[in-house]
Amino acid sequence: MVSATETRNAPIEGKVISVNGPIVKAAGLTGVKMFDIAEVGSDGLIGEVIRLLGPVALIQVYEDNTGLKPGDKVISEGRPLSVLLGPGLIANIYDGIQRPLVGISEQCGSYIEKGVKLSALDAQKQWTFTPSAKPGDEVAEGQIIGEIEETPLVVHRVLIPPGVFGRLENVVEAGPRTIEDVIYTVQTKTGLYEGKLAGYWPVRMARPVRSKKKPFIPLMTGQRIIDTFFPIARGGTAAIPGGFGTGKTMTQHALAKWCNADIIIYIGCGERGNEMTDVLTEFPKLVDERNGRPLIERTVMIANTSNMPVPAREVSIYTGVTIAEFYRDMGYSVAVMADSTSRWAEALRELSSRLGDMPAEEGFPPYLATRLAEFYERAGLVETLSGADGDISIIGAVSPPGGDFSEPVTQHTSRFVRCFWALDKTLADARHYPSISWVDSYTEYLNDIEGWWRELDEQWLVIRNEVMNILLEDHRLQQLVKLVGADALPMFQQFTLHVAEMIKNAFLQQNSFDPIDKYCSPEKQLKLLKVILALYERGGVLVKAGLTLKDITDLPSLSEMVRLKSEIPNNETNRIDEYRERLLGELELLKEQVLGV
Amino acid sequence: MCCEIEYTTIGGISGPLVFVEGVRGVGLGEIVEIRDGESLRIGQTLEVDEDRAVVQVFEGTSGLAVKGMRVSFVGRSLEIPVDRAMLGRVFDGLGRPSDGYPQVVTDRRMNVNGLPVNPWSREYPRDFIQTGISAIDGMNTLIRGQKLPIFSGSGMPHNLIAAQIARQAMILSEEEEFTVIFAAMGVKFDVARFFIDSLEESGVLTHSAIFLSLADAPSIERLITPKVALTLAEHLAFDEGMHVLVILTDMTNYCESLRELSSSRGEIPSRKGYPGYLYSDLASIYERAGRLKGFDGSITQMPILTMPSDDISHPVPDLTGYITEGQIVLERELFNKGIYPPIAGLPSLSRLMKDGIGEGRTRADHAQVAAQLFASYAKVKRIRSLAAIVGEEELSDLDKIYLEFGNSFEEEFLSQGENENRTIEETLEKGWRMLSILPQEELYRVRREDIDRYYIPSSDGGD
Repeated sequence: MVSATETRNAPIEGKVISVNGPIVKAAGLTGVKMFDIAEVGSDGLIGEVIRLLGPVALIQVYEDNTGLKPGDKVISEGRPLSVLLGPGLIANIYDGIQRPLVGISEQCGSYIEKGVKLSALDAQKQWTFTPSAKPGDEVAEGQIIGEIEETPLVVHRVLIPPGVFGRLENVVEAGPRTIEDVIYTVQTKTGLYEGKLAGYWPVRMARPVRSKKKPFIPLMTGQRIIDTFFPIARGGTAAIPGGFGTGKTMTQHALAKWCNADIIIYIGCGERGNEMTDVLTEFPKLVDERNGRPLIERTVMIANTSNMPVPAREVSIYTGVTIAEFYRDMGYSVAVMADSTSRWAEALRELSSRLGDMPAEEGFPPYLATRLAEFYERAGLVETLSGADGDISIIGAVSPPGGDFSEPVTQHTSRFVRCFWALDKTLADARHYPSISWVDSYTEYLNDIEGWWRELDEQWLVIRNEVMNILLEDHRLQQLVKLVGADALPMFQQFTLHVAEMIKNAFLQQNSFDPIDKYCSPEKQLKLLKVILALYERGGVLVKAGLTLKDITDLPSLSEMVRLKSEIPNNETNRIDEYRERLLGELELLKEQVLGV
Repeated sequence: MCCEIEYTTIGGISGPLVFVEGVRGVGLGEIVEIRDGESLRIGQTLEVDEDRAVVQVFEGTSGLAVKGMRVSFVGRSLEIPVDRAMLGRVFDGLGRPSDGYPQVVTDRRMNVNGLPVNPWSREYPRDFIQTGISAIDGMNTLIRGQKLPIFSGSGMPHNLIAAQIARQAMILSEEEEFTVIFAAMGVKFDVARFFIDSLEESGVLTHSAIFLSLADAPSIERLITPKVALTLAEHLAFDEGMHVLVILTDMTNYCESLRELSSSRGEIPSRKGYPGYLYSDLASIYERAGRLKGFDGSITQMPILTMPSDDISHPVPDLTGYITEGQIVLERELFNKGIYPPIAGLPSLSRLMKDGIGEGRTRADHAQVAAQLFASYAKVKRIRSLAAIVGEEELSDLDKIYLEFGNSFEEEFLSQGENENRTIEETLEKGWRMLSILPQEELYRVRREDIDRYYIPSSDGGD
């Protein structure tokens, strides 16, 4: 990691020779490397070298470049496009190239003007640093050298950057420090290394780890259909494909609010401005039930909305995931929400088309699949350089044109993720949210995380699969119902349809704006499942013995089942047990009355 | 200006594009003046090389020749004068007066391309606008600062609905300054005339500005029209503190012009020949709606677009739906049944509704009533498709009640007069009357206390 204020290479100067949208050709940049930053024109617009053709460099400019002329100067300092990593990232909101949006609004008002240059981190802010290593210690990359309380929720661990080994010469005493102060010095083989609280890291390069591991803990989201039916593991990858209006963003918001990761990185990539504003206004107010602190204290936001420059959209997901890796390396569990990866792919398409690349499917460049794979590969449960475990889960929304899942971005994404939450238009139309289809979705983490659920109930997987089977049976029967109507089916099948309807309304459908229903604890999920299963098993016996569906639906307690989720809070789940006893009692009574047993 | 260089070195003309050779020091997006004899046309640079510039001519290139044309570069982007004196006036698609009166005198000029709003500086829209239309107020509530398009098909009454919204939403907010900006892209004169007459009848024309790039204007001009209209809207909303409703019709024509331009530039097309950047381009228009922290005004956008062959997955409605905060979809089936407004119950959506309704804004039970109406109507649709196969007689009693609910919902709740202005109370009351057709046990999206309060038990032995 390069230190924040390290002296840079001598700048190289060249000239613009042509401008085509955000792609600029420049000559005279001898010695410039691929992916180096270049400052273009008199405003010093930030760009990145993306192609070198003999003496000509192609630069993609991350800001609006209207007015840029051939002949304008281009300066490169020979440094790759990087993010500044250090304390102060949490609760901040950045654009795609990590410029702080709050700072921009203070400097130029409501609109983003071009050529604004602001440091991503506040260089004046004093952080209370507490050292945990002492001079004379042998230190290695990734080692924790001290701590800072970044927010009441996040202890920021200061690490020796990758590539630095040696003897700790000096470390400052506990006290207030800024990101520009030298905190420690390490005598390395190549000389004295001066360590600071913040440093740069190239966005397109994954940060090193010791090893990757197999994920085994579920990322609990409080969303019943996800946790119970299509769980994702910590360190896993998931995609949420869905046409417009199916609730991708609402699902992403619900996950960002309630999933139990330590750090959330929310990337608004080419989406609506008001949605980011929604996150910005809501998160400081929403309180995490687990620790009573506002959710903003664990969240970093990257906002490159649809009307902001397209190249910055392309880079925004790398900016986000690099910040995620920084916190993972401290030993945290990080969840990255990327909304939407389709807009990122479209940015890639737009730029590649301006470069004159030969297109593959639907105009997308042939390297689309490779880039997607590289991005999702940055997720995972790892042993960090310090030896602790850390993980990154990536949840990417996909916006297929026309809601058609056979398009390239959805297809390629589904190859690289292990969890697929397909959103269903029919469910969304009926305002059944989350509109995740239980027929088209899948997860590959079920067996990996079963061990965790077993702690709660040995039978978890069995129960889950039984309920899932009722839903699948319902799906099959619905084809018949469409042809002959439900009344023409045998009584037991009618009963199955009724139970499936109950699963949909009393379990799968979840209101993320209801104070109780918005977050459902694993215990409550399990108990609700058991209630439904009790109805199916006991009621099924009675129906098979000759009772009608109406006999069962007339049970006084049955109409309450659909309200359990929104009337019983997470800390009173014994009331669900009581309800179950009552239901079983009524079923027993029915059995005695009607069958005379 | 005397000192401008005029180029006569035209390399070629293709579609709306002119290629100028031997130019020096010309910037991207600069305004270009093209003189041909006495006539003056305006253009903009799309691409600049060391000695060549590609110019897009807004008025089209018909009649231009390689020889005899004189081109000069102005050195800045397209700007228009903005002032509240522009209200009550009619302009052409480039913002020049076309009502016979002179240009507005002002020293305030704004770049038509605008700048992206900092997401941090946005104020989340929360203020309910009562349009007086039950299908919108009750189920797809419009919020001040929202961008809510109407997805229509040819022949359907989207213009009537937009005009009704403009009239009825304006009457309500007399204490605040409310204004309508109407931009027509490639529509016929009678559509524009209808809007002007409708605004005039309700006496709001003097508070409106009208930009017309009609079907007979050069198609490339349409690409600037919405930007010009929104530039004035930004001035009125954020400099003058007004609440501006911008109606843009028809966005499909705008997209077709963009496709035309892209194809003359030889760009690689994506779906249906539209350029790959259609999404970003539409976003640069639609995202110019909203509210800003520290400012009183707001821009509410209501773009209208016709879906070619009623196909909602066509790139124009599809990409629009991904950017806008919901959509009002008109349905051919309802239209054919004679229901006005034929607003489709299920695919219509308002994303900002959740925060603009409820206690203190509309009524505490609003969200639940809307959710229940959606859920029950979805069931009606399922039962109808079943009835089409097995026949209505074979349906269960409950299913028959649902059908009755569905018909009443369409005929009494959705349907209303072109000048009927319902309050939100009336709309919700109608909603409960519809829900009361169903048995109580079927109402699982509404709270029990609301059922106790609003549900009307069938006491008069209806059946």
